[in-house]
Amino acid sequence: MNIIACIKQVPNTTDVKIDSQTGRLKREGVESIINPFDEYAIEEAVRLKEKNPGSKVTVITMGPPQAESALREAISRGADEGVLVCDRPFGGADTLATAYALSSAIKHLGNFDIIFCGKQATDGDTAQVGPGLAEMLGITHIAYVKKIENIDGKTIRVERLMEDGYDVIECGFPILMTVVKEINVPRIPSLKGKMNAKKAVIKTLTAADVNADLKRVGLDGSPTQVMKIFTPPQRTGGEKFSGEPQDIALSIVGKFKELGIV
Amino acid sequence: MSSINILNDKCVGCGQCLSLCPFGAISMEERPGHPKKFGLAKIDLDKCVYCGTCVSACKFNAINLQKDAPAQGSDKDKYRGIWVYAEQRHGEISSVVFELLNEGKKLASELSVPLSAVLIGSNIKSKAKDLIDRGVDKVYIFDNPILAEFQDDPYTDVLTRLIQKEKPEIVLMGATNIGRSFASRVAARIGTGLTADCTALAIDAQTRNLHQTRPAFGGNIMATILTPQHRPQMATVRHKVFKQAKIIEGHKGEIIEVETDYSTLLNRTKFVQFIKDTSAKINVSDADIIVSGGRGVGGAEGFKLLKELADLLGGAVGASRAAVDSDWIPYSHQIGQTGTTVDPKVYIACGISGQIQHLIGMNSADTIIAINRDASCPMMQIATYALEGDIFEIIPNIIKEIKSKK
Repeated sequence: MNIIACIKQVPNTTDVKIDSQTGRLKREGVESIINPFDEYAIEEAVRLKEKNPGSKVTVITMGPPQAESALREAISRGADEGVLVCDRPFGGADTLATAYALSSAIKHLGNFDIIFCGKQATDGDTAQVGPGLAEMLGITHIAYVKKIENIDGKTIRVERLMEDGYDVIECGFPILMTVVKEINVPRIPSLKGKMNAKKAVIKTLTAADVNADLKRVGLDGSPTQVMKIFTPPQRTGGEKFSGEPQDIALSIVGKFKELGIV
Repeated sequence: MSSINILNDKCVGCGQCLSLCPFGAISMEERPGHPKKFGLAKIDLDKCVYCGTCVSACKFNAINLQKDAPAQGSDKDKYRGIWVYAEQRHGEISSVVFELLNEGKKLASELSVPLSAVLIGSNIKSKAKDLIDRGVDKVYIFDNPILAEFQDDPYTDVLTRLIQKEKPEIVLMGATNIGRSFASRVAARIGTGLTADCTALAIDAQTRNLHQTRPAFGGNIMATILTPQHRPQMATVRHKVFKQAKIIEGHKGEIIEVETDYSTLLNRTKFVQFIKDTSAKINVSDADIIVSGGRGVGGAEGFKLLKELADLLGGAVGASRAAVDSDWIPYSHQIGQTGTTVDPKVYIACGISGQIQHLIGMNSADTIIAINRDASCPMMQIATYALEGDIFEIIPNIIKEIKSKK
């Protein structure tokens, strides 16, 4: 089985601080990590490989040269190969242009059976690249997968998380799935994995390599444009209550009444 | 290709742009042959998205941005009208749709165009009236057993065909699990722009561009996004941000059953069944009131107390990642970065310290009530009402107090 996991390198949100003077994001010293949802995508791909001997997991990311470290980390967690889609014309891409660039790279790499993506990335929070990529590859997709119930040579049966429960869906191959946290608990890199990651040769693909239409990639291939960026007003604390639990309860139920919730 | 560069003779190295760049793409370099303090800005093109924030901030006009006009994707003037996708689940219209109709109606009147809704499902014709009652001028219906439950393939086929035929200028969907998956696929097939999870919408009447404002970086920054050259402009909109459209007495609308050869629809997935989450009467996305617990709840037993309060208030039970990872409560209740983002009227955080990953999932709540023994924890610092004390002493007293009032 040929399995692909698409990942993104994102700034670690835990590190992101707001500069109280300028009200802007402080980026200095912010560590880059694998998008947390993509860790579940990598893990699910590796688990599937382990259940189906002879399978291969390829991890793909689009990003600047430093995104190579995310691919190596994925290899340390059990992936076999890393592919970096990296070229100046790819820069400034929105979700449509990103999906196009990734689809060009995946077509260039050849056959695959399953693609895993994280539900969304924690910097952009769009959840749009996975389904968009499936559309551009001409394959179907299932978003918000929380469990693979069954898989055989021809079909896969999964649980799709919905707000009010879950849907059970069956599908053939090839297929793209975006996964949520519930699907697994990602492993910690093994010593062998770390050594593999160190030795691995990361393949870099440029726009020319993947025969991408330059009108459809990067900023110029992006229908959406950022017009303005601003910082929302920060929440500041309000009223404090302390003392006897009965008194606190009495005061807050008074507030409940003001809010109209009792 | 678009380009951006620093004009070395104009840059004074003041560093203003560096602190403003939301993407951390600007650094200060030493200027060859000059003292250290007289620096020079440098733009990292791998990080820059050409948003222009630095250009407008530079007092010395030292940043030169050339944005190529994006390729003309569609003949803009042929596209008119506002559409709302009337998402249904198990035959019932989702409440986010009524919020979209309220916003859609405003946009439609500013542009002097009709408001239309698209209803896709099976045996759903009777629901068209609910939409018309709330101000919809035209309801397009696809009604067929294949469409009973949401599946990306057939739904994408019918909606894209209709969009390509009727050419609306704006298409709005709820940022629900269905909407996020469905809209992405439709936008990719049409090749137009899609903006995710909007929390504010406005119209520029001259250009007819939709100003789509949305949080990014977990709500640390807000971005206003345009789709200037492509039509339709597509957006998913966050649930519970906008008010629901009111019923307009006597409003008349047209119902159009779209003629479709359903046998030609692509359908590569098979819907097997739906399993309802029976652990909650109301799910966290729909709830106006959420009683949420973290590490301080101590165990599954503690969540029973939270559930009792939630039931009393007609709310849902939420949880932090710590509580979910300890198996005290299922993942569907998790609020925050790797869980659900919620926007309730009242969020009651019980024994949740307020890690940033949790805060970004709930900090847009109208009112936050925190109960915690540690008055200095982040959640207590941002709470509208911060109650200092033990949740197992305070909550039973709150429950008693509410019951005594009933």
